[in-house]
Amino acid sequence: MNLLSIIKRFAYDLQGLTFYSFRLFGKILSRPMYLMETFEQMYFLGVGSLFLVVLTGVFAGQGMALQFSIELADFGSKNYLGRVMVIAITRELGPVLCGLMVAARVAAGITAEIGSMKSSEQIEALRAFGIDPIRKLAVPRFWALMVMLPVLTIVTDFVAIYGGYIIAVYIANISGAVYWTNVTAKLTLGNFIIGLSKPFIFAAIIAIISTYMGFSTVGGTRGVGRSTTESVVACSISILFINFLFTRLLVPQIQGLL
Amino acid sequence: MIRFENVSFSYGKEPVLRDVSFHVKPGETVVVLGISGSGKSTILKLIAGLVQPDSGRVLINGHEMTTASEDEWSRVRPKIGFVFQGGALFDSMTVGENIGFTLIEHTDKTMDEIEVTVRETLRFLNLSEDLIDILPDSLSGGMQRRVSIGRAVAAVDPMIMLYDEPTTGLDPISTEAITELILKLQSVKGVSSIVVTHQITDAFEVTNHFIVLHDGVMVFDGPGEKLVQVQDERVQSFLAPFMQSVKNIPAVCPEE
Ligand SMILES: Nc1ncnc2c1ncn2[C@@H]1O[C@H](COP(=O)(O)OP(=O)(O)OP(=O)(O)O)[C@@H](O)[C@H]1O
Ligand SMILES: [Mg+2]
Repeated sequence: MNLLSIIKRFAYDLQGLTFYSFRLFGKILSRPMYLMETFEQMYFLGVGSLFLVVLTGVFAGQGMALQFSIELADFGSKNYLGRVMVIAITRELGPVLCGLMVAARVAAGITAEIGSMKSSEQIEALRAFGIDPIRKLAVPRFWALMVMLPVLTIVTDFVAIYGGYIIAVYIANISGAVYWTNVTAKLTLGNFIIGLSKPFIFAAIIAIISTYMGFSTVGGTRGVGRSTTESVVACSISILFINFLFTRLLVPQIQGLL
Repeated sequence: MIRFENVSFSYGKEPVLRDVSFHVKPGETVVVLGISGSGKSTILKLIAGLVQPDSGRVLINGHEMTTASEDEWSRVRPKIGFVFQGGALFDSMTVGENIGFTLIEHTDKTMDEIEVTVRETLRFLNLSEDLIDILPDSLSGGMQRRVSIGRAVAAVDPMIMLYDEPTTGLDPISTEAITELILKLQSVKGVSSIVVTHQITDAFEVTNHFIVLHDGVMVFDGPGEKLVQVQDERVQSFLAPFMQSVKNIPAVCPEE
């Protein structure tokens, strides 16, 4: 494939994705809604990802606390570890890490499931029996992610900060009370809003891309494999890119308002 | 009931159907024959509105469906029973949920009422009622095919049945069971059926109205007696392997 055809395909995919997003958004609030499916997905996506985000959150928090505590000690200000941790985690690390982990686990699952339904004609069968596949499959996953990703992000934030606490007390010799005082000092409404607006955006990104890639799967089993891989890559890159745009463009606005 | 008027269709640049016209009367069964890739499945997909023609019209019950919105289609589709070529059972749902699918989705019936219908359907299909809670993956090909028919017939009183190669690749006993099923459903008042098949011998058992497709062009539309006499090479080449058995059949097939 030469560069031109890659660019062409990218533009084509982006156009398809845009049209698809409009169709999806046109259906997220209107009936018929599939509540059972939505709750099932909430459980599956949310509870199922809990262990994963707890594990990654703790380790990422600990790693970061180790680095920061050494650097801060050089300036004689290692007692500020809690502040640095809270800002870095609630604003950036928590939402992004959680978004990426959920994207890897959930986007792959959603694309593979819808993709294999597509290749075994189950999507056509849904339509033939009078069911709109977007309403039945995409909308419940969209809402499940919208509800569960923010919750998982709060969990990630919390365990990452707690991971920092373990490092502070057992390795960096900071008193636990000092760490928590610093944490609460920076756990402000502003940081909270900035941090918690991100997972809603990431949830939409994961839901739109992963279902779109599933529905547009062609080429049998290999096609399912291909679109699953592409779905995870596309979700991850989009999350990091949108996160950057959001932090650059919207965070100053939000801070100005507060 | 079902009417095609000069329908043409293509998936990309390659035309799949060219200027196809035919008519299926209420309660009538039509068998569609043709070699692989001639566009048989595409005809069924056009009737169910899964794809739209590039030109020409598809009419169902006198209503033009070509220009119908997705909402109008959603009202018509529950009345169409579609047996897909590969079965296309919902593999994450149990056999019972598959068969009861349209009832669960489109009616206010309680789960108990639906279960009664599902059990009736299983008996009708000659399948054990114990299968109700099993996932379709663990069934044999012939059983899956029957469940697929069950899902189509348990629709809210179907007025059209579409069968895409319901017997291909099955043993003679399953084939006979499915042929009997098609006949049983045919006798339900007013149900029009279209059967795509390669088993010409069985085809004569279900109807005497045949359509032959070749490369997206309709090369024959008429009764069985004429079919075996047609001189058209495209029909001949398709029929040749079956001629031996076909020749004996018009004698026993019903006169119109
Ligand atoms: N989704 C699709 N995208 C592109 N081309 C398709 C698609 N489905 C079918 N075709 C093409 O359309 C033509 C007709 O296909 P169709 O499935 O109607 O054939 P068929 O008569 O049912 O064949 P078979 O007996 O093998 O099932 C074939 O040439 C096929 O390659
Ligand atoms: Mg076919």
